[in-house]
Amino acid sequence: MRLLYFAWVKEKTGIAAEEVDVPGHVATVAELIAWLKTRGPEFANAFERAEVIRAAIDQSHARHDAKIGGAHEIAFFPPVTGG
Amino acid sequence: MIRVQKDDFDIGAEIAALKAKRTDIGAIVTFTGTVRDQDGTIGEMTLEHYPGMTEAELARIEQDAHARWPLQASLIVHRTGTLKPGDNIVLVVTASAHRDAAFEAAKFLMDYLKTSAPFWKRETGPQGSRWVEAKADDEAARTRWSPRKDAAE
Repeated sequence: MRLLYFAWVKEKTGIAAEEVDVPGHVATVAELIAWLKTRGPEFANAFERAEVIRAAIDQSHARHDAKIGGAHEIAFFPPVTGG
Repeated sequence: MIRVQKDDFDIGAEIAALKAKRTDIGAIVTFTGTVRDQDGTIGEMTLEHYPGMTEAELARIEQDAHARWPLQASLIVHRTGTLKPGDNIVLVVTASAHRDAAFEAAKFLMDYLKTSAPFWKRETGPQGSRWVEAKADDEAARTRWSPRKDAAE
């Protein structure tokens, strides 16, 4: 699965994109965030306030309770500030 | 139509292109968002985005507007990269037979764009740089529009 990070989430994780093998028990966006937080201090820091982080599954906004099964690309980012 | 680009846009040229060879348009509304520096703290602003999703999301928003109002045409242009105070950031143009649809759709497009299109602003000034935080007002503006019956959320 391809993971993307944007804005301050990217700065805190230190990477923009990566390919990961997600453990089988990780079924939702919230569970994916919980798993990511175990991958090191950068990730624990980036996802510390998980509730403010937005997610997109295959380039569509997704809630934290959304299922990630079958997803090719999941992105994490702060609330958007365009316009 | 939607475009994401580094270059500036020419509002007059965009309107001319939109209504070229058409006589069914009776009202055109445009909104232009520009880089604001109220108290001299912003040297420049950098806009990051999510290539692919940005275009998809803008297309979804535009499609939603066309489903809600009888629009003859519409255009969303959003810039990315590094901008200076006074520079253009975003252009929304809506065209309809009568003015109400164009006015309302332009506001709708901006309210949705501000809260769902994946852009992030970073301001740089004498004090250093910081990511701009999302405003609760913008979320409130979006929620004033009732969701469509077939909407996912």
